[in-house]
Parts: sequence; C-alpha cells; structure tokens
Amino acid sequence: MKVGLFIPCYINQLYPQVGKATLELLEKLKVEVVYPSGQTCCGQPMANSGFENESEGACINFVNNFKDFDYIVTPSGSCAYHVKKHYNIIQQTDDVIKVRKNVYELCDFILNVLKIKNLGASFPYKVGVHKSCHGLRGLRLGSSSELVIEPYSYIEELLKEVEGIELMPLDRSDECCGFGGTFAVTEDVVSAKMGKDKIQDHLRNGVEVITATDVSCLMHLEGLITRNKQPLQVRHIAEILNSTI
Amino acid sequence: MSHSKLAGIFNKDEKKVDWHDKALWFVRHKRDLSVHQVKGWEELRNLGHGIKAHTLSHLDVYLEQFEANALKNGVQVHWAANGDEHNQIVHSILKADNAKKVVKSKSMLTEECHLNPFLEANDIEVIDTDLGERIVQLAKEKPSHIVLPAIHKNKLEVDELFQEHLGTEPCDGDPQYLTGEARKHLREKFIHADAAITGVNFAIAENGGFVVCTNEGNADMGAHLAPIHIACMGVEKIIPKQEHLGVFLRLLARSATGQPITTYSSHFRKPGKGVKMHIVIVDNGRSKQLSRPDFRASLHCIRCGACMNTCPIYRRSGGHSYDATIPGPIGSILSPGKDLTKYSTLPFASTLCGSCSDVCPVKIDIHTQLYKWRQIIGKETPQPFIKKKSMAAMGKIFSKPSLYGKVGAVARWALRTLPKSLINAWPNIWGKTRDLPVGPKKSFDQWYKERENNKKTDQK
Ligand code: SF4
Repeated sequence: MKVGLFIPCYINQLYPQVGKATLELLEKLKVEVVYPSGQTCCGQPMANSGFENESEGACINFVNNFKDFDYIVTPSGSCAYHVKKHYNIIQQTDDVIKVRKNVYELCDFILNVLKIKNLGASFPYKVGVHKSCHGLRGLRLGSSSELVIEPYSYIEELLKEVEGIELMPLDRSDECCGFGGTFAVTEDVVSAKMGKDKIQDHLRNGVEVITATDVSCLMHLEGLITRNKQPLQVRHIAEILNSTI
Repeated sequence: MSHSKLAGIFNKDEKKVDWHDKALWFVRHKRDLSVHQVKGWEELRNLGHGIKAHTLSHLDVYLEQFEANALKNGVQVHWAANGDEHNQIVHSILKADNAKKVVKSKSMLTEECHLNPFLEANDIEVIDTDLGERIVQLAKEKPSHIVLPAIHKNKLEVDELFQEHLGTEPCDGDPQYLTGEARKHLREKFIHADAAITGVNFAIAENGGFVVCTNEGNADMGAHLAPIHIACMGVEKIIPKQEHLGVFLRLLARSATGQPITTYSSHFRKPGKGVKMHIVIVDNGRSKQLSRPDFRASLHCIRCGACMNTCPIYRRSGGHSYDATIPGPIGSILSPGKDLTKYSTLPFASTLCGSCSDVCPVKIDIHTQLYKWRQIIGKETPQPFIKKKSMAAMGKIFSKPSLYGKVGAVARWALRTLPKSLINAWPNIWGKTRDLPVGPKKSFDQWYKERENNKKTDQK
C-alpha cells in the first residue's frame, strides 16, 4: 500500500509540527508514506469565497501529485472533504475519480483502513474534543447531534485508547468554532464571538488541551486564547496520537 | 447594509447576544430531546423530503386539483403572480364587503408581500394576533424569527411597549400579567373584526382543505368569529394527500419547538353558515426558484425555524441582521433568488458548518446551496477589486508549486520577525481579536526535504 501525504498549505507554512507528527505516526504504523513535493493547496479558500473557477489550477495540481497513490491521507477533515465533495468542477477523468475516492482524513484512515485503534500513545491531560464541522457533517467522522442515529465518533474512539488522557464532555458537543475560512475575516465579529463562546465551553468543563482534526479551527481558537491569555492549549489530534509523554 | 455590518451592530451589546444565543439554543435543545424520542425520525425526514420533491415536480397538477376541490367546497380561489397582485386581491375582497377591521394570524407570506402597510394605506386596520407578531407590530419592527417573531425582545422591553400602547401598569416584565393584558386587548379585536386573514401551513390537493398551525389558537379565534376568512398561501404549501399530514405535522411541531404536536392544528375545508372563505395562491418568485435545479429544494421548507435555532451565526447576529423577510440559513438561500445584489452577503453569513442541513426536517441541503449561491455571486455581482485580484493571485500561486514555496517563506519570515504590534495593526482584520501564530523557521516542506537528503547521505 502506497500512501501519499497531503499537508494543507497553512499546516505546511504555519504548523509544520502537525505535518511531522502525522508523518511519524504513519511511519510508526508501518505505512509506506511519500510526501509529493509539488503539492500546494486543495483549492478550498478560493472555492468557499465564491471563486471556484480560480481554484481549478489548484485542483489539477492536487490530482497530478496524488494520482499514483493507493490512498491520500491528510491531517485535515476540511481538505479531504473539499476534494471529495467539490472536485466536480474539473473534468472527471479516471485519475480525478480515483483521487476523490481515496482521499482520507488521518483518523478515518487509521481506524477504518488500517483498522488500528491503539497507537501506543500517552497524553496525561484533560482534553476537550472540538469536532470540526467539515469532518463531522461532511465526512461523517462521527454522528452529529442533530441526527437521530447511533452515536459514534472515530476521533474519540482513537483518543480513548491514549494512556492517561481524560476526555471532557462539553455543554454543546459539536457547535462550530467560527473559523469558516474567509468567514473569519469577512464576518470577524461573529467569528470571534463564536470562538470565544467555544473556548468558554472548554474552560467551564475543565479542559486543559483542545484538540481537533483541523488546524484551521485550532489556529482561530489559539489566536483568541493567546490574545486573551487563557489557560488552555491547542494540539492537533496527530500530535496527541503521536505523543509518548 | 451587509450582514456583517448589521451583525456588528447587534454585537455591540454582548449580554444581549448571550441571552439571544441561549434562548434559541434552549429551543434547539428542546427539539433534540423531542426528536430523539421518535425512533423513525430519520425515516420521517426522508418521507417529508420525498413527498415535497414529488409534489414540486407535479406542482401544476396538484395546484389545479386543489383549486377544483376547494371550489367544490364552496371556497373562492384566487391566483396571484406576485406580491402586488396578492395585496390587491385581498383588498378587493375586503372592499366588496366594506370590511375595515382585519385580524391576521401569522403568515410569513403576507410579510413578504408587505400586506399590512398596503391595507393600512387603504384605511383598513390590520391587527396581528400572534402575540409575538403583535409585539413587533406595536414596536413598528419586523419579525426577527419565523416562529418566534419577537425573540429579539426581552420581557422588560415588552413591558414598556405595552405600557405605551396598551396602557398596562409597570410590572417588571411579569410574563403572566403581560400575556393576560395582551389577551384582553386581542379579544376586543377578535370580537369586532370584519374579516380574518390566516396563513396556510398545508393545503391538501385531494380534498381542497387546508391546515393552519398555531400555539395560541389565534387563527381559530379570528376565522370562527369573522364573516370573512381569507387564507393566503404560497404555491409550495400544497401536499397531495390528507394522510401526508401525518408526516408533516409531526416533523413541524417537533422541529419548531420540541412539542409533539402544535397546540392547534386547525383543519378548514368549507365555509361555515354565512361565512365567505377565500384562498389566495401566490407565486411571487417561487416558480422561478423552482426552475433552478440547484435551489429547487429550498421550496421544501415548512417554516419550522429549526435552521435558525441551530445556526451559530443567526443566534449571534439576530434575525434583523439578514434584512430579509425570512432570516437565517433558509432565508440566505431564498433571498438571493429574489435580488442577487441586495442579498449578496447572506450566503457568506455562514461557516458552512452544515448544522442547518442536518436539523432540517425536510432535508434541504441548505449549506450546499449556500456554497452554490457563493459561486453565482462571485461571477455575477460586482466584487471588490481586491477580493477578485487576490483570489486570482491565490489561484495562480496554488497551481504553481515553485511560486508557492517562495510566497510561503516570505510570510513565515514576516510572522516570525516583525513585531506583534506591527503584524496585528496591519490592515489585518484577523488581528483585531486574535493573535496570529508565530511563524516557524522552516515549513514542513523544507524539513521533509532536509530529512530525505540526510537519509540519502546516511545511506552513502
Ligand atoms: S429550511 Fe428546514 S429547518 Fe429551516 S425553516 Fe425550513 S423546514 Fe425548517
């Protein structure tokens, strides 16, 4: 099995430690991982802003970089979802269809393709899970609170196996954090208010570390936490699953 | 004004935002408790979706069937292509019998057509009899929610408003006293009304009947006392069969307020003795929306308001920030179909979190439609020069890996090196409330390449 690693643009540039943790984790699990050097961005920022057509070049570049892999794994639910759902704007060649089918968010890949649950990690902290919306309601990495179905959560299934971790339940289990891409800037007031409220929920429930499948949500929350000097940290889920402290 | 500007104004009073958010989240929570008691809830949603999709694809057939049956029942049926026609029809019905005093139960359609100001300009008194609607009417405002029209007002504000308009005593917002007084005031109006206008929740093609749902019984009070009953409905309110009510009444009440059934689900079919009954069927842009395959499903809406209660933006920006008859997520996919430029910021008043689509009892893919409106707005409305240019530039950078590496390095350097005060002061909206991450020395890309090179040298 050959896996191509996709590191979203903002992780590559601003949170490289998340990329490293993802790569190390997959290598630990004996996966043959390659990081194609020509990759850039999945195209989501332009598309969500109403400029899907400007993102075509990015989509094509993505497919060219990843078409030869059995799976494409990425530490971002949002990017995986974008490729799956919105790559209908380019011609549906065999390559494009294959890439859209085989792109996986990291936890989803570990649990449902590799079928591994216990990763031998330890992380002795009180952790609050932020269920990033595109992962939750797009990729269905868990049951959303609106639906009347058997509750499940891939993320929590993996985290429960981490030694020393204490998962703290929240008052609102899956409300959006308010990042939303360019929304964070065009609707900055509501965006910040949503983030603030989200952070309060974690603080009220004794959380020390917020984790998520998406760095974008965490970057927004961390920005607020640092500005307001609050006693909280953020860690991408790959960092926790790769941790042995 | 754009949604974000109006939202900014609403957010000046953070306590009020918190209160608004909690009040609506409470309704969403009640909805959750109630739907989780229904084992086949998701199946019901599928049925609701399916029936609506089927009906809309045979809309002409069912509407004509409905008309024929309603006529047989002794009801007069009128067709209005737009809001103006609707208003004129209602006015001519009233004028024919010299009706001067009208009581009206909740109807978003008459809001959409601006019926009240039209009738008032023609010397007709219109009293909204839903308590929340009466409150906003007295305050000369618009409903901010389709089920809870006065949710933006707290009880102290209502207290003051009633003192001014109904002559009540100051009561520190005592809800029991205030509703008691409202009841007295409205009874007077009911007794003296010349005509009653109601909305329609469901119109049944197979028998020409229709159902109006209220929790206050105000539609019944009006329709049973007045000699004229005018029911106004959008074309999309039609359902084929009586038995389909078993699906929709359950979906509606639980989604709207968490009740197992609305307090009054009143079935009307034939006019009573000495009563004239009219139905006005209105298009006003609906068939145009029906002609857009991507947005057709927005006409499934049964106006339960659940997408508003669940929307994290709606709860924190208030219904008036949408500046449209129907606010919230559903309003944001309906309004651009009416006026793309005026409502061009609404599809962006969302993080595309998808909660609206999951909560919607008739499974409208609301967030997907928001995304699709964005694409149309990007192409067809004038966009700020900077936005256009930066999107094109981004598109270029992301399609050329070499360019991308260079730009990223500069950005990281800036974040790492420049003083925080400078970074956050730069025309940087992000930085108003949030810090930016500290730029790392190396991108993942660089780190990976070095690691691969080291591996190669090790192997040598
Ligand atoms: S779109 Fe769906 S959730 Fe929103 S008001 Fe209509 S039926 Fe209710």
